[in-house]
Amino acid sequence: MTAEALDKPKKLVIICYSGELEKTWATMILASTAGAMEMETTVFVTFWGLQTFVKDKKRITGENWMQKMMSFMQRPGASHRPLSKMNFMGMGPWMMFKLAKKYNVSKPKELLEMCQQMGVTFLPCQMTMDMFGLKREDLIDGMGEPVGAATALQLMTEADSTLFI
Amino acid sequence: MEIKLKVDASGLSCPLPILKASQGVKTVGSGELVEVIATDPGSVKDFAAWATSTGHTLVESGVADGKFRFVIRHK
Repeated sequence: MTAEALDKPKKLVIICYSGELEKTWATMILASTAGAMEMETTVFVTFWGLQTFVKDKKRITGENWMQKMMSFMQRPGASHRPLSKMNFMGMGPWMMFKLAKKYNVSKPKELLEMCQQMGVTFLPCQMTMDMFGLKREDLIDGMGEPVGAATALQLMTEADSTLFI
Repeated sequence: MEIKLKVDASGLSCPLPILKASQGVKTVGSGELVEVIATDPGSVKDFAAWATSTGHTLVESGVADGKFRFVIRHK
């Protein structure tokens, strides 16, 4: 291996497809740690994953009644993620955060902020934005330009490691 | 050579020790030393992996006063 190859940072791509709390946690832990390890990290955010990147204070999103109902039934935002099992109408996440506090584990929203400080790129999926009726101003600041599947695939083929979470 | 910066990550769980160390190392100059204290057992292997990935040097990795102590030299 040449010296240049050793010096080039490794690339990580995460396809952030899920919006549940424990999956969002995994995405943020891996992305922030990859950033700390000076890996070039890109997170392509699509489908349910995009709900995590809606501003916390935005309660209802969408243009038509179905899109609005989607946000009504499951509140968007990084601080409002449900668990995939044992959600108990919100008791589950509440208990998870109590455990996290006790064992000094950072919450996904805090890790997301650290990701942005460390230069992790978050790219929203244009198609998901259209289908769920999400506008640029609904999403948190600092995300990249919306892209499509072809960009995601190109990133994946050039990455040293790709994850689908 | 003396320690330029001390980072106390005691009591913090993965990935915070690595994140805090990384942020700290960015504030010092080339060749300077950063000391990190952690209690998370997973951090021992993590710091070795982090050093390999970033190119900074893990000068010391041991135990002090019942906690894990790492000394990193900025590349």
